[in-house]
Amino acid sequence: MSSPAPKSPEQSEKNKKYDRQLRLWGDHGQAALESAHVCLINANGLGTEILKSLILPGIGAFTIVDGEKVTEEDIGCNFFLDHDSVGKSRAQATIQLLLELNPDVRGDYVDESVEQVLENNPDFFNNFSVVISTQISERVIIRLSKKLWELEIPFIACQSYGFIGYARIQVQEHTVIETHPDNEVPDLRLDKPFPSLKELIDSIDISKMELKDHAHVPYVVILYKCLQQWQQENEGQIPKTYREKESLRKLIRAEILNNDDGIPHDEENFEEAIKAVNTLAPTNIPSHVREILDDESCINLTSKSKPFWIMAKALREFVENEGAGALPLRGTLPDMTADTERYIHLQQVYHSQAAKDAEVMFRRVQQLLREINQSPDSITEKDVKLFCKHTSTMHLVRGSCIADDYDNKIFAQKLAPHLEDPESALVYAVLLRGVDRFRIAHGTYPGEYDDQVEPDIVKLKSCVSKLLNEWSCGPLAKDDYVHEICRYGGGELHSISAFVGGCIAQETIKFITSQYKPIHNTFIYDGITSNTASFTL
Amino acid sequence: MMGSGDGSDNLHHRWSHLRKILERPGPFCHPDFEASPETLNFLMNSCKILVIGAGGLGCELLKDLAYMGFRNIHVIDMDTIELSNLNRQFLFRHKDIGKSKAEVAANFINTRIQGCHVVPHFSKIQDFDESFYRQFHIVVCGLDSIVARRWINGMIISLLNYENGVLDTCSIIPIIDGGTEGFKGNVRVILPGMTACIDCTLDLFPPQITYPLCTIANTPRLPEHCIEYVKVIQWPKENPWSVPIDGDDPQHISWIYEKSSERAAQFSIPGVTYRLVQGVVKNIIPAVASTNAVVAAACATEAFKLATSCCLPLNNYMVFNDLEGVYTYAYEAERKEDCLACSQVPQKIEFKADCKLEELIAHLCESAQFRMRSPGITTQTGGHSRTLYMSTVASIEQQTRGNLRRTLQELGLSDGDQLLVADPTSPNTVVLQLKLLNSTT
Repeated sequence: MSSPAPKSPEQSEKNKKYDRQLRLWGDHGQAALESAHVCLINANGLGTEILKSLILPGIGAFTIVDGEKVTEEDIGCNFFLDHDSVGKSRAQATIQLLLELNPDVRGDYVDESVEQVLENNPDFFNNFSVVISTQISERVIIRLSKKLWELEIPFIACQSYGFIGYARIQVQEHTVIETHPDNEVPDLRLDKPFPSLKELIDSIDISKMELKDHAHVPYVVILYKCLQQWQQENEGQIPKTYREKESLRKLIRAEILNNDDGIPHDEENFEEAIKAVNTLAPTNIPSHVREILDDESCINLTSKSKPFWIMAKALREFVENEGAGALPLRGTLPDMTADTERYIHLQQVYHSQAAKDAEVMFRRVQQLLREINQSPDSITEKDVKLFCKHTSTMHLVRGSCIADDYDNKIFAQKLAPHLEDPESALVYAVLLRGVDRFRIAHGTYPGEYDDQVEPDIVKLKSCVSKLLNEWSCGPLAKDDYVHEICRYGGGELHSISAFVGGCIAQETIKFITSQYKPIHNTFIYDGITSNTASFTL
Repeated sequence: MMGSGDGSDNLHHRWSHLRKILERPGPFCHPDFEASPETLNFLMNSCKILVIGAGGLGCELLKDLAYMGFRNIHVIDMDTIELSNLNRQFLFRHKDIGKSKAEVAANFINTRIQGCHVVPHFSKIQDFDESFYRQFHIVVCGLDSIVARRWINGMIISLLNYENGVLDTCSIIPIIDGGTEGFKGNVRVILPGMTACIDCTLDLFPPQITYPLCTIANTPRLPEHCIEYVKVIQWPKENPWSVPIDGDDPQHISWIYEKSSERAAQFSIPGVTYRLVQGVVKNIIPAVASTNAVVAAACATEAFKLATSCCLPLNNYMVFNDLEGVYTYAYEAERKEDCLACSQVPQKIEFKADCKLEELIAHLCESAQFRMRSPGITTQTGGHSRTLYMSTVASIEQQTRGNLRRTLQELGLSDGDQLLVADPTSPNTVVLQLKLLNSTT
């Protein structure tokens, strides 16, 4: 039996291993992940769960900072420790078992507390991609957050506390080109057709077609023609109201061919055109994109400007000039009922216009790079093409410094509106701040010891009341939350840590790959009710 | 060897996290909850839990359950370990490729977590009968197949006892079901006979993407159309190795890649890549460690709630998505009054007498009510049963194939006859009462 000899590309071992995730963030996302270096402060159950979901997909390297020794309690909630680890350095013990997960990943550790590291080696944090902390105290978090804010390194402070998970994300500025929206409206330009599109569609005469051809005209062509007709009767507008849309649909319906009995044929392409009326929107600049184009960082480029802002500036110029008020064409055509030839022809028209727009953009980017004395290689044509494809869905985050949460005036303003809702999950963030205060005052977690639960409830309540008073907020609606938090006694439930660990690993990957929108900026998981909530503080 | 309370190990404080939750009362507890050391004792020494699937969710579930105090765990998985599992199935190493997932996973957990006793079953769920499933207090599913979910759902429902039409709640074995796809996931808690079961909510599962044959053959537009063409039409015709397609054979994928590239070039269709070919041929669902971690953790938390009554369980469905921030939404999926699996309502099916058997079978496969895979149909008339069609046994298929084109009338069926339908989506035969309509109505 002769077997054909395949000439196709062989898959590398690495491609095979990471296949299921490469389908999500692509080879470029993977490359970013593999060159990232993450720092974890405190390798408790939550900390190692976060690292696990970063090591498995192949992060470049990680460093653990942890001055603790392994306790018996640790063994009950941390998968990356075993019985023999008790008494050993927690950093050293966990790293060993973590590194077994993936031979591609490098890891090292410092068995000192973060306080010591900040004291002895102030530059220690300078080169990390993301820093993550679990369970660190008020004093350290303020110092660390200020430091990382200055360094412009994303910082995620999180906790797993009984049934509650908590994360506060700090990032000065984060830009995302590929947000991977779930439902993207196609970029068709039917209200502002570019010349080659107009020429192509004008050359198609639907009225003379036999049924077979008629039923295989791409809906884009049908919709364009009927929209033209509608616009002639409506002063060039785009249908906005239900009534206007309905009248356009009526025009489309009238074009469907009838059979000999005068009953309309089933023409799927026309049904698609009727459906698409709903998503028909004028070609314009979405407001979130406008904000980016009007941002200070976009308007005033400097020699230190990042590629995103240089491309944004080029985009701004493009919109004002060649784009005539529109973004570069995305250049992708959704699938639709059509014969191959017409569909492909239409696809090519969109594709080549997008390539032209991207070329203009690339020339502008080159020009800008020269003007600000940056190397022409710092932004490739490929980068610009990717940018052009996603201009309408790109995303900018400007965060706030965690240290500000400890400035009573600033925090009171941010917190007050959320606390008006007595059921808000943000109450747990307040309680965790209360726990911090409790630890400073009493040296233990509230309810840590079985015989102290009742007195600790009173003490924690007083800590929380003082805090709320400092923030000029009213008292808590009910004491239940204080009781519940004392019940936990600082305990860590593994399944809660695993839930938060997965979420935070993914948030970390978002920062590293610059893909997907991150949490902005506070996240709470309530394992009792199986709900999550996010707040902007 | 099981000890009492904290188990046989010498680490007295190891479970103090769980103790605080279980030995102290709390304001948000289930009304039936009684704080006591007995609860942890039950969890560790009496409670038996079954995990179905030792893949992305299964690995996580075994770890999570073990740290939530479960010690008597069984796990079933018929698969062996592949290289592409290693980006998330963290109990497996490169040296384990080719070995049983259930066995390697169980061994890993038993070694790492002292006192935990995971029993692996390198088998199919269909290899076990009611007496096996009846021994468990809770069943947790980490599956990637709807058919398997429905089968286990049907199995656990068949264990319910009804006395004079009243459900004996002691016979309920809760099912916790997790599912993931890329950055999305879902978790649900099913109390069979009481809350919505898998079959009650069949419409929540997206229908599989299929491409109409005429598009593939005549008007291809997408690279997927070209790949499907090679898979469905060209391979059976040319059959280069005289075997069915094996998605794991790189030679097969390479051949399909080349042929579909040729077809795409012929029609100027861009976008055929090796990765896409693999994805379409194997129907690959993207997967990442973090989503599996989240969904399995939520399942384990629910198992802990059910086993200890420490909080009310999720009622009863939660969706998760972390593409944009982290989004979850919990709601109560409703029972279907005439659910095929859990309703106890006799199922009726209406057909015209001149309808062909193949049309009836197509209806069983396509309608949202049944969504069957390969139904085999027998009927009972005059005390003996007669097979009308069965595709799963080749010899019977051949004997009964002729019936497909015959009408229900020609097959001698009459109004009120019972059709007994066997399908891989259920361990039990489904009884359908046929309402035969006059062909003129």
